[in-house]
Amino acid sequence: MPLAHAPSTVPVTVDDSKCIADKGCTVCVDVCPLDVLRISDLTGKAYMKYDECWYCMPCETDCPTGAVSVQIPYLLR
Amino acid sequence: MDEIHDATSEVACDVLVIGGGTAGPMAALKAKLRNPAARVVLLEKANVKRSGAIAMGMDGLNNAVIPGYATPEQYTKEITIANDGICDQAPVYRYAEHCYAIIQELDRFGIRFQRDGNGEYDVKKVHHLGTYVLPMPNGETVKKALYRQLRKAQVLISNRFMATRLLNAPDGRIAGAIAVNTRSAEFLVIRAKAVILCLGAAGRLGLPQSGYLWGTYENATNSGDGYSLAYHAGAGLANLECYQINPLIKDYNGPACAYVAGPFGAYTANSEGKRFIECDYWSGQMMQEFYNELQSGKGPVFLKLDHLHAETVSEIETILHKVERPSRGRFHANRGTNYRERMIEMHISEVGFCSGHSASGVFVDECARTTVPGLYAAGDMANVPHSYMLGAFTNGAIAGEHAADRAAEIDWPEIAPEDVARERDRVLAPTRRKDGIPPNQIEYKTRRFVNDYLQPPKVTAKMEIGQRRFAEIREDLETRMVARDSHELMRALEASSILDCADMAAAASLYRTESRWGLYHNRTDHPEKNDADWFCHTILRKAEGRMISEKRPVTPYIVPVAEDERGAYDRQRVRKQA
Repeated sequence: MPLAHAPSTVPVTVDDSKCIADKGCTVCVDVCPLDVLRISDLTGKAYMKYDECWYCMPCETDCPTGAVSVQIPYLLR
Repeated sequence: MDEIHDATSEVACDVLVIGGGTAGPMAALKAKLRNPAARVVLLEKANVKRSGAIAMGMDGLNNAVIPGYATPEQYTKEITIANDGICDQAPVYRYAEHCYAIIQELDRFGIRFQRDGNGEYDVKKVHHLGTYVLPMPNGETVKKALYRQLRKAQVLISNRFMATRLLNAPDGRIAGAIAVNTRSAEFLVIRAKAVILCLGAAGRLGLPQSGYLWGTYENATNSGDGYSLAYHAGAGLANLECYQINPLIKDYNGPACAYVAGPFGAYTANSEGKRFIECDYWSGQMMQEFYNELQSGKGPVFLKLDHLHAETVSEIETILHKVERPSRGRFHANRGTNYRERMIEMHISEVGFCSGHSASGVFVDECARTTVPGLYAAGDMANVPHSYMLGAFTNGAIAGEHAADRAAEIDWPEIAPEDVARERDRVLAPTRRKDGIPPNQIEYKTRRFVNDYLQPPKVTAKMEIGQRRFAEIREDLETRMVARDSHELMRALEASSILDCADMAAAASLYRTESRWGLYHNRTDHPEKNDADWFCHTILRKAEGRMISEKRPVTPYIVPVAEDERGAYDRQRVRKQA
């Protein structure tokens, strides 16, 4: 019984040109209550891996470079 | 990160606090300050810096009992009346006496409270009877302030560990907990002399109208793990049928905050822009009127600010868009809603358990003790009714000090290695399957049936169907659920807590064959309040592996409530002027 993926547009986006995760920063990953952000092995930048967002905003507020933005999830918008 | 590692370690501490949101940090701090020699561990599923209901702060205190504005007697009486009389007053009274000292302590931590021109606390009236609401102008800093204190006191913080079961000694006392790392699936066995549960509300019980699992009123991390832990450890849970249902901004699922906007002149209105409730303070009786208006020809319901001066609205916006739910402004901007021009559509939340706003929680006495020796509970999950943030701080402090004293007097209770082995097998089972049902589908289905069958108005036959559906889901959860990494394992464990809470909600609601607390326990086939048979608590607990419910008498009042005062909260609807 294989698993399929249901696509969704994610509420948290990261501006790669501002993100300094490749220099060792993990602030957004550390503070997210639902633990949905990760650092990409491919790009070295932060991204939203799991669409499980409470749009609470510590990731955006605590990001030292202003790279993270939170939008209201589409289903609620 | 997220790969599954097979490892187990064991640690021992004097006091283990589970949950680092609001009550937990205060409990850990107070335990450590009471006995600086004690090892105090604070375990948190997320990160203590930004966890729980106050992850982004709070706009004020909803229930401050401040000398000169209110007395403990008055507050205790109001909370008793708001809960239809089903209230053990001792914990409420102790809170009311102690909370002013906690306010002063928070002040010393750097949290400011609003003062008037004379330097006095600027307390506002929002409740039906008394005056208890105190704004916090720098409320967004509350977590930082607490975190500083925890570091200073050298409380041991373990982030990203989720407790899965408590450990009981052979004599029934609490002996510790088992936890799993949410990013590696490594096991941690924690032996403790006292455990304080501060895991928040069961906020992922009902499904929000949006269908988005995470769009809940409560911080979506609060999946009812504390209720499930307490239940499996044998603790009694009180009045779970007194659900939490709150009035919210439709779709956004954050509070409309009539508490904040009310003192400025805003109010809850129907589609004609008219007031229909006397008082915006949240109670089951108020929610029933809210529900009636929603269903009526004058629905839906709105928060009305468009009659206020533009500057006043700006002042309200600064508070509402900065603290607690800072994404609220974005929600309104998307829809082009301007508070000055249009009323804001409201709705009711999904159902949950929460004593912070209603009265569904783990039974505790005035020392925050549960019915299991050595096990304490505080905050939203402990049944001190309507306790809000200040209740979490105050009762957390009471629990921390009491637990530290207990831990100083006893040795570590025994734990049974077979309990640990059994729990490892249970927890890791979804990781050992190659395919099956993912946790999000188990969770969605459980919560959809909670809406279909358990939401008030409650109907006996529907709730019984719900129980059968939950039993089918439980079979799937135990035999077919699959978790591919440690993050999914956390979600799988949460799905298990949610299903436990759904079963508890059905059992508790079926047991009380009357209607009480307005909408919270409105049973269509038992529509009347029946004081002769049901003026009592209901206690649900696990006995010999089965869920049972019992009556528990309400402890005789220490603050008398006169006959003519008892119905004050039943008179919520605005009556037509003659």
